[in-house]
Amino acid sequence: MTAPAPDALAPSTASAPPGASGTPERARALRGSRRRTMWRWLVLLAFGIFFLLPLVAMLEFSTRGGAAGRNFAAWRAIAQDPDLVSAITISLELAVLTVAGMLVLLVPVATWVHLRLPRVRRLIEFICLLPLTIPAIVLVVGIAPIYAWVAYFFGESPLTLTFVYVILVLPYAYRAIDNGLGAIDLRTLAEAARSLGAGWPTALTRVVVPNIRGALVSASFLSVALVLGEFTIASLLNFNNLQVTINLLGKRDAAVSVAVSLASLVFAFVLLLALSFVGRRRSSSGVTEEG
Amino acid sequence: MGYLELRDLEKSFGGVLALDGLSLDLAAGELVSLLGPSGCGKTTALRIVAGFETPDRGSVVVDGRDMTRVPANRRDMGMVFQAYSLFPNMTALGNIQFGLRIREVASADRKRRADELLELVGLSPHAGKYPHQLSGGQQQRVALARALAIQPKILLLDEPLSALDAKVRVTLRDEIRRIQSELGITTLFVTHDQEEALALSDRVGVMSEGRIEQLDTPARVYREPATPFVAQFVGVTNALDGLADGDGVLIGGHRLPASAAAGHPRGAAVRLIVRPEEIGLSPVENGGVASDGRLAGTIVTQSFLGAVMRLTVRLEGDGQVLRVDVPSLEAERHAAGSRVAIDLASRSPIVVAA
Repeated sequence: MTAPAPDALAPSTASAPPGASGTPERARALRGSRRRTMWRWLVLLAFGIFFLLPLVAMLEFSTRGGAAGRNFAAWRAIAQDPDLVSAITISLELAVLTVAGMLVLLVPVATWVHLRLPRVRRLIEFICLLPLTIPAIVLVVGIAPIYAWVAYFFGESPLTLTFVYVILVLPYAYRAIDNGLGAIDLRTLAEAARSLGAGWPTALTRVVVPNIRGALVSASFLSVALVLGEFTIASLLNFNNLQVTINLLGKRDAAVSVAVSLASLVFAFVLLLALSFVGRRRSSSGVTEEG
Repeated sequence: MGYLELRDLEKSFGGVLALDGLSLDLAAGELVSLLGPSGCGKTTALRIVAGFETPDRGSVVVDGRDMTRVPANRRDMGMVFQAYSLFPNMTALGNIQFGLRIREVASADRKRRADELLELVGLSPHAGKYPHQLSGGQQQRVALARALAIQPKILLLDEPLSALDAKVRVTLRDEIRRIQSELGITTLFVTHDQEEALALSDRVGVMSEGRIEQLDTPARVYREPATPFVAQFVGVTNALDGLADGDGVLIGGHRLPASAAAGHPRGAAVRLIVRPEEIGLSPVENGGVASDGRLAGTIVTQSFLGAVMRLTVRLEGDGQVLRVDVPSLEAERHAAGSRVAIDLASRSPIVVAA
């Protein structure tokens, strides 16, 4: 048996990529990648602490029991305080009504603007952004006389805050819906529906709305979060919503007030977290080839 | 009187005239294409028929009924769009059933009809798929089935093949023709692709600047163009500058017979239009071959186009350039740089004022 030729004994060196000298570069790239990953985690951690620390502090404060040790008495008291329960109910009702009002107002308007009046799109956008630029106090000063008429026609229910809240959520909701409409071929879809016999309401409800569902959910969640956290306007117009009641409660029982604040914050966080999951399109399960 | 009549349609957008007195009649069961360059008004005409635009003047009549002011959703016209237009939230089956659902057709009938149409377009196995799970060609087939599901009076096709790749386009084009013939549905097809228009249509309307320049069978539009625009827009053409000389044209000092030149004053600058496949070439030895009825030139370039080889030939004398198609199998006879005799007299070329 003859010994293999020296060349045959060195397959690994022979088969090494031509850029054998690139190994240190790869190592450098790997180190750079690890460093970037580490920085990402550090930034995430820093922000996590920044956001979570006040919440942990709130939880800690709301569960202090004095000599009796840590307990959830303040949290249990939430359900037992009739004013608080009423305020929570009112705020939730306001959230639902605001979302409904916002959708009924904005979806047809934004759709129409996209389809028929693209030239006034900037104007509508400007109008919708106005509430963002006007301080709440100025808004209330302007709205207070109108609310005298609102009270005359609709009574003095806190639910009448719906009107002003619909205006308040316009900047966020319009942007979300406008983006949703911009992401689909609205004109073609609407015309396809029309050519198949659908009137405008049918085209809107069966074709447009289902295809901007993600945008509508985003707009709705943002509106809910905003309504649940709104204090200034309700307070200045003398209505008791959740935040006004929490404020009043804080003067009486700080622990319960902080517990409710934490609960509403967590609720808003959960809503906004849900935002990142809704509207995701079905994952493409492989486009079939032409056959 | 046609089944679909467009009478003197006029439409402008912000002062720009898109349709300038367009008139067109389609017989029942006929497929007519509107062919023209971008901005010629063909899509505007189709959208007016569909009801998505209202004409400034003129009318749209279907089966004797004036539809000009009837809303799009009450016209019973099926339309396939250039862009993918399937409803993303519905499956292929759901898309096809949409129009029937609007018409409150019973569930069983709806399903049966949708299944028939899926079968017709060869997509039965894909009934449950969403648009994003279908290829472009499949989406357009579903769109066609959806448009046909409502048993429309007129089928409107707005460049439905333009977003597809070349191979799928040809396959789907043939399918559209087959289905249209099977169903006998009156169809108005809009395209800027002359090959599509010529291959699909019973008649082709060539449009320019909001008007129909010529409405005729594909063969006549190609072989007997009515205007210089049609001659130059449809197919590949050569335009040779010369001088009218009775029933001939003088090019590079040689007279070529062209009966169409008789209408032009003697000595007037004219343009002789001839198609690449209507030119005869024959190799010649060095020496003068140009004479009356015959030109001479040198082959400059060769382009292989599959069935034919396209040659560029520079004419001796005035240096004008001609494109000539010869069968690929004969291309060996015409190498680049070789001299050839050019015979234009075998057909009657078109002559227009230069």
